[in-house]
Amino acid sequence: MAAEASTPAAGERRDGLWLLVTWLVLSIIGCLLVALVWGPHMPPGADSNTARSQQVDITVLGVIATPVVIGILLYFGWAIAFWRQKPGDETDAAPIHGNTKIQALWITATSAIVLALAVYGTVELIAPAGAGAGQGPQPIFNRGIPAAASLTSWSPNTNNVLQIQVIGQQWAFTYRYPQFGGFETTELVLPVNTPVRFNVTSLDVIHDFWAYQLGVKADANPGVNNVAYTTPTHTGQFTVRCDELCGIWHGAMYDYGQVMTVSGFMNWAHTTETQLAAVTAMLPPYAETYDPTVIAKVGKVNEELGLTSAGGGYYNPADPEQP
Amino acid sequence: MSLPARVATLVIAFLAVVAGGIFVALHYIGSQPPVEDYTSVASNGQVNVTLMTTPETTVTNKPDWVSYFIKNPQSGQFVHTTYFKVPADTQVNVTILGYDGCTPLRNPYWGRVTGTFTQSGQKDAEDVSIFDGKKYGPVTSVSTFDSWANCSVQHTFAIPSLGLNVPVASPPTVAENNALCAAGPCVGAGDDEGNAPHSVVTFSFRTPKDGGIFRWQCFVPCGGGYVDGNGGPMGTLGYMMGQMEVQA
Repeated sequence: MAAEASTPAAGERRDGLWLLVTWLVLSIIGCLLVALVWGPHMPPGADSNTARSQQVDITVLGVIATPVVIGILLYFGWAIAFWRQKPGDETDAAPIHGNTKIQALWITATSAIVLALAVYGTVELIAPAGAGAGQGPQPIFNRGIPAAASLTSWSPNTNNVLQIQVIGQQWAFTYRYPQFGGFETTELVLPVNTPVRFNVTSLDVIHDFWAYQLGVKADANPGVNNVAYTTPTHTGQFTVRCDELCGIWHGAMYDYGQVMTVSGFMNWAHTTETQLAAVTAMLPPYAETYDPTVIAKVGKVNEELGLTSAGGGYYNPADPEQP
Repeated sequence: MSLPARVATLVIAFLAVVAGGIFVALHYIGSQPPVEDYTSVASNGQVNVTLMTTPETTVTNKPDWVSYFIKNPQSGQFVHTTYFKVPADTQVNVTILGYDGCTPLRNPYWGRVTGTFTQSGQKDAEDVSIFDGKKYGPVTSVSTFDSWANCSVQHTFAIPSLGLNVPVASPPTVAENNALCAAGPCVGAGDDEGNAPHSVVTFSFRTPKDGGIFRWQCFVPCGGGYVDGNGGPMGTLGYMMGQMEVQA
C-alpha cells in the first residue's frame, strides 16, 4: 500500500505488480501444500468422524491463513530488500495519502473472510460431527445422532447408539457400560465404525475427558451429564487425558483406550460383564450423575459410626481446613 | 558511593535474590519425602515391603492428618514417607498394617482388588487378618469389599498405571473403630507390637521389567476437613500418595 500511496513513479508501479504476482503464485503453492501435504497430518488425525471433521476445519483455517501470512511476510521482505534507505540518502520519505480503492478493497476482503468463516463455523457446529450436534449438557441441536432406543441393552448394527459413561475422579477415569449390565471398569473399549455416546460426569472436582485421537473433549463436572458423540473409524489405541487442572496428580491422570472390531468388542463386553458381576452388584444404579453424599443402603456399622455421608461423600465445604 | 562500589552492590544484591529464589525452589517446591530403598534387601527375585496407615501423624506438624508410613528395611523402624524403591522384574510381597478406621469409598468400584495375587496364588485378591485389640483373627482371602454395606475399607493402595488396586481392610466393629491408635506410627520395629485394633493386609505383585517411577495413591477421599476430602493429606506428598521407583 505504501508503494501505491507514495508519489507515482514508474518503479513503484512495477513493485506493486511484482508484489501481486509473487503473492498470488506463492499463495497458490502455499495453499496447495497446506491442503494436500500438511492437511492429512493435521491434529487430531482421522481416527474418528469427529477427529476427521476437526482436521478438515483446521486445514481450512490453515488454507485461509496461508495467503495472509504470505502477504505479510512478502511485503515485509520486499520492503527490507528494495525500499530501505540508501546510503547517503537523508531525504524524507514521500508523504502517504489515502487511497479509496485500496481501503474499499481491504474492508471488502476482510469482511468477506470474517463472514465466510462465521458461516463456515456455524455450519460445522451444527454438522453431525460438529461440537454442537446434540452434544454438551443441554444440546440445542440433535442432527445426525441416532436415538437411544434402549439404555439396558445394545447390539451392533442397530439404530440404538452405544452409551458409555465416563466418570472422572481424583485421579483416574472409570467407564461404565449401562447397556451391558452397568459394569464399571478402568478400560475404555469401543467398537469400530459404531456411533458412541459418551456421558461425562465427575464424582468430585472438574475434570476434562480428552480422547485425543478421537477428537472428543468434554468437561467432567460433578452433578452434570456432559454429552459427546463420536464414531471411531480405525482400530487401534488412543490416548485419554484429563485436560482440566484437577489436583496434584492431574498430570498423571491419563490412560489408553482401545478401538477394536465389533465382534471383538462384543466378546470383551460380555466377558468383562461376567468378570465384574460382583463389583457391579455393589455399584449404585446407573444414573446420569451421582451424588456421593447419598448412599442408598449404608451398612449398620457405618451408620452407627456416622459415616453415612462423611468419608465417601463430600466433606462440608463450609469447613475447609487450610494447610 | 563510587561507580565500582555501586555496581558491586547491585551485582551482590542481584545474586542474593537469585540465590534466595533457588533456595526456595529447592527447599520447598523441589523437596520430597525420603525414599526407603528396598533394592538391597531383595533376594531370590522377591522383596518384602511393609507399609502402615495411621489415623494420626503425630510425628509431623499435621498431627490430625491420616498418613501412610513405610518401614525402613535396615532399621525396621517406620518412617514418615510414601516413597520407596524396589528392583525391576521382582515379586513384591506387601504387608499393610491398617490402623485407621473404616470409610465408605466414594466410588464403590475401588472396592475390587486388582493386579495382585495372594500367598496361595489366588489372583486379584488380598489376604486379610483383623487384630481386634487382643488377638488376630483368621486370615481370609478377599477379592471384593463392599464399603457401603460394611465397615470394611479404610484406604486403598493403588498404582493406576500398573492396574493395581488394593482396598486396605479396616477393623469392622464400632468398638474397634472407637479404639483406634492415637499416634503415628502406631508400632515400632515389630509388626505385631501395636495393641490398637488394626488390619493386616498382605498381597504380592510383580514389578515391570523396565524401570520407572510409578505414582500410587489412596482412592478414599480421606482429607477430612477439606473440600471434597481431597485436600490436606490427599494432596500432599508423603501422606496418602507417593511414588514407587522401580530400579532396572
